[in-house]
Amino acid sequence: MGLELYLDLLSQPCRSIYIFARSNNIPFEFKHVELFKGPSKSEDAGKVSLLKKVPALKDGDFTLAECSTAILLYLSRKYNTPDHWYPSDIQKRARVDEYLSWHHANIRANAPKTMWIKVLIPLFTGQPLPSEKLQEVMEGLSTSLKQFEERFLQDKAFIIGSEISLADLVAIVELMQPVGVGCDIFEDRPRLREWRRRVEDAVGKELFFQAHEMILNIKELSNIQIDPQLKEQLAPVLMKLLK
Amino acid sequence: MGLELYLDLLSQPCRALYIFARSNNIPFEFKRVQLAKGQHKTEEFRKVNVLMKVPALRDGSFTLAESIAILLYLVQKFKTPDHWYPSDLQKRARVDEYLSWQHVNIRAKGSKLFLTKVLLPLITGQPLPPEKLEFVTEELNVVLKQFEEKFLQDKPFIAGSEVSLADLVALVELMQVSINPSTAGHPVCAGYNLFEERPKLTEWRRRVEEAVGKQLFQEAHKEIMNVKNLTADHFAPELMENFKQQLLKQN
Repeated sequence: MGLELYLDLLSQPCRSIYIFARSNNIPFEFKHVELFKGPSKSEDAGKVSLLKKVPALKDGDFTLAECSTAILLYLSRKYNTPDHWYPSDIQKRARVDEYLSWHHANIRANAPKTMWIKVLIPLFTGQPLPSEKLQEVMEGLSTSLKQFEERFLQDKAFIIGSEISLADLVAIVELMQPVGVGCDIFEDRPRLREWRRRVEDAVGKELFFQAHEMILNIKELSNIQIDPQLKEQLAPVLMKLLK
Repeated sequence: MGLELYLDLLSQPCRALYIFARSNNIPFEFKRVQLAKGQHKTEEFRKVNVLMKVPALRDGSFTLAESIAILLYLVQKFKTPDHWYPSDLQKRARVDEYLSWQHVNIRAKGSKLFLTKVLLPLITGQPLPPEKLEFVTEELNVVLKQFEEKFLQDKPFIAGSEVSLADLVALVELMQVSINPSTAGHPVCAGYNLFEERPKLTEWRRRVEEAVGKQLFQEAHKEIMNVKNLTADHFAPELMENFKQQLLKQN
């Protein structure tokens, strides 16, 4: 039994892992987890609980879950991917670590909320989208983007310099989430737009768009039959996000 | 000019870094940045970290922010003993897993409780309504349970039989919320004794303290343990209003 990756491409961390693995020809079994369908059909139902356990990796007896950073690093080491992804040069590596750390409480704090607010909350709770809340989130995201450009990207082609690394990948998948729901953060930001284009080229445009097909066609989500139990469980969580 | 670490020991990530560097006899210059005095907002510090946060590192012309990145940099540069960040692929992944997860879990919820329970009353002179406190405490309880069940389990340390960066990063956060402040003239802020009801965590804490050196551990925590002495007048006036607004917004 080889490497198994449990993924739902609606999720940003899942996309970074999917793109990384495919881009580096890492052999794996794609275990599709449909976050909104509930666990009843999948055989690993007991393990894959609602919205908590993707992405997940299973390599024989060894499992890693919830943390795309740990999974990406594990894959890069185990499969000896090209150095630029996670450079051996101590300072370049530190730049990747620095971004991967900062990402959690910054870009990742606000970018995902755009999807919750514009799509999921109306879908799950039947309530209309709260526009002041969206504005608040966009402002937070704006601040993070400013810092991203100022501290991490600056005038370089990629975060570490002339080559793409895990940092760029983790950042880009997160920023595609608002794009998917109609908040195009690249529109007024030419430097970021150029950087995005370079990242797409570096991983392969076809792969990039394949990975993002679902999020870019988010209106399809409205047609998904959402597991009623899931709806019940998530509605209060989502309402809390509205506060 | 050697390695400089910009730290305020009231901050959890700063303590993790301080303890790690000292425990491994890494030579560095301690550059104190007092958050309460707004020293992180000076032009001088901005040159070290444009994000204006501590901890920060300066090594010659190289500057670095984010405690996790700095810890990993020190591990690599000073070739610290393997157990801190094991070369074994799976053990290392366990450490990475914790270091990644903790940002929005233990760190976020722990910080929130500290701000809510300790800092806000100290600055505003008013305790928070009990329901608010209860809510924030419950959030932390949930992640503590996950910590015990998923990360620590029945092992002596997160990665197994030896202490690693993960344990250190975790413990400094838990220490932040275990203090018992009380200020004269104000209602006593009942401490959240998270270790009291959790024997497994208490044992783990003891092991981590021993692993890094009890004396060093206590020295690093001296300031935060005396945080009740931090009254409103310790804060730079221009920060006070801003601080108050920020803290109130958190709730």
